[in-house]
Amino acid sequence: MASINQTGTGIRLPNFCNLGVMLRSLLIANLFVAAAALLRAPSLQDYGPEFMVMAAFCEPLLIASLAVLCLARRPLHAMGYAASLCAIVTFEVALALAAAYAGANLLPGRTGLSFLQVALLTVFVTACVLAYFDLRARALSPAIAEARIQALQARIRPHFLYNSINAVLSLIRSEPRRAERALEDLADLFRVLMADNRTLAPIANEVELARQYLAIESLRLGDRLRVSWRTEGMPGDALVPPLVLQPLVENAVYHGIEPMPGGGEIAIDVGVSAGQLHMTLTNPMPGETRHSAGNKMALANIRERLQLHFDAEASMKSEVRDGTYRVTIRMPYLTAPA
Amino acid sequence: MSLAQGDVPRILVADDEGPARSRLRDLLDEIRDNFPLAIVDEARNGKEVLAAVNREKVDVVLLDIRMPEMDGMEAARHLAGMAQPPAIIFTTAFDSYAIKAFEVNAIDYLLKPIRAERLLAALHKTRAGPNVSSQALAAAANQPRRHLSVHERGKIHLVALADVLYLRAELKYVTVKTAEREFLVEESLTHLEEEFESLFVRIHRNCLVARAAISGFERNAEESESGWAVVIKATGEKLPVSRRQHGVVKQFR
Repeated sequence: MASINQTGTGIRLPNFCNLGVMLRSLLIANLFVAAAALLRAPSLQDYGPEFMVMAAFCEPLLIASLAVLCLARRPLHAMGYAASLCAIVTFEVALALAAAYAGANLLPGRTGLSFLQVALLTVFVTACVLAYFDLRARALSPAIAEARIQALQARIRPHFLYNSINAVLSLIRSEPRRAERALEDLADLFRVLMADNRTLAPIANEVELARQYLAIESLRLGDRLRVSWRTEGMPGDALVPPLVLQPLVENAVYHGIEPMPGGGEIAIDVGVSAGQLHMTLTNPMPGETRHSAGNKMALANIRERLQLHFDAEASMKSEVRDGTYRVTIRMPYLTAPA
Repeated sequence: MSLAQGDVPRILVADDEGPARSRLRDLLDEIRDNFPLAIVDEARNGKEVLAAVNREKVDVVLLDIRMPEMDGMEAARHLAGMAQPPAIIFTTAFDSYAIKAFEVNAIDYLLKPIRAERLLAALHKTRAGPNVSSQALAAAANQPRRHLSVHERGKIHLVALADVLYLRAELKYVTVKTAEREFLVEESLTHLEEEFESLFVRIHRNCLVARAAISGFERNAEESESGWAVVIKATGEKLPVSRRQHGVVKQFR
């Protein structure tokens, strides 16, 4: 089981420990608070203070519920969707009633709602939040997103395929051994490209794939292509979306190495820092930036898949500085359950 | 140039990838029995192609499109300006843009991996037909050149566009002015303006000035309809701005 808000597994309950899910839940609930404050405020001048009072009441409640839901997510998932919905709604109503009771004692001057009103409102807001996540999961997960991912993944540059075959052809007569090795690498590469790449895979596989890709490229580029790896700090079992590294390496070769007459160096650094997995890739950036459409496409594809797997907890940044292009990916350090 | 029968065509192989060059050599060796030929040299980019052509007689260039420093497209355009240009056979692995442009402009090309039979057919064709015109090449190119070429006594000299201060039309030719020298090229100012739109600005019916070369504008210039003149940074020259192009002054100030 890779990630909980992942595609196609039939689970429609969000992962409440995910930062993105938490932020979205808070935002939705607070929108309701903002609307309620508008209804309760006698005039527009009173709107601000009224919202503050209501938010001060609701915020601790929301945070407490998210914390509990995060802690209880395993039993909740084990229950099945319908039962877990009932459990969540019951819990929220109980929490809201307890808070309303405490609130009535704290702020005696305010005309509170009846307990039944509080209970119904809580059911309503909870249902809206859960319905939103259900809809979002449906929109992101099945057919549409999968088809898009598969289509984008298959988009390895045809340029690469034909050039590689051309390079292998040139070796067959003079260096048959190297030609064999190159065809084996090419076969491995295409096996991964054509596989079903929807679930997370160990990063060690990704790194191996990138190495094979670079081996093929160095066949035709010779000493123009220099690579330095820093993977000492890499946990080989960390799970990452498949084909997250290879497209970046491919871009680096296409935009950074091929346009330079003397070639250049690609540096790849994979490791863990502050509980997060990071991958950094740098390559020289020639003055002109032609062919940038392909680059953006590959980056957008990776970004989309990172978001699908990790929501707001993964990030990808790219920058150009002093003639060097650097792209950094960060994502949660996950491992397969033992 | 179409070869007289009986001549052995002299072939230049241009590709930035070593294996691709050696593959072409293998193929040329293979078809030598059916088609006598000589491999004169190899080149790793467009500049090396032009240098090789300046050095020795070349009849056919097998020209890769995507190469560093100067791509095959630009090299071909410089070659096309020669009095007796070599025949060009483009080679490419996959470049959907170039292929489409070649189809539209009826330019021949070979797809990598190249087959011996196709190569042979293309070589036969260079004997029969005329060369690709520079107009067709210009139409097929998807990016501006980075050099202008001057042809003197059968040799190609390159002038980097970055060094050009201004271009001035004079009768049939265009004068290319750099800080050191002046050259004449046989091109139209209008086409140059279209191709290098981002680098040059028109200040007069007959004059394009490099944006980077402008140091300022001077008022009350003599011989200027608009009363303004462009001052060139490197040489201090003053070029009149026509009334029609007066807007340029505002654009820069």
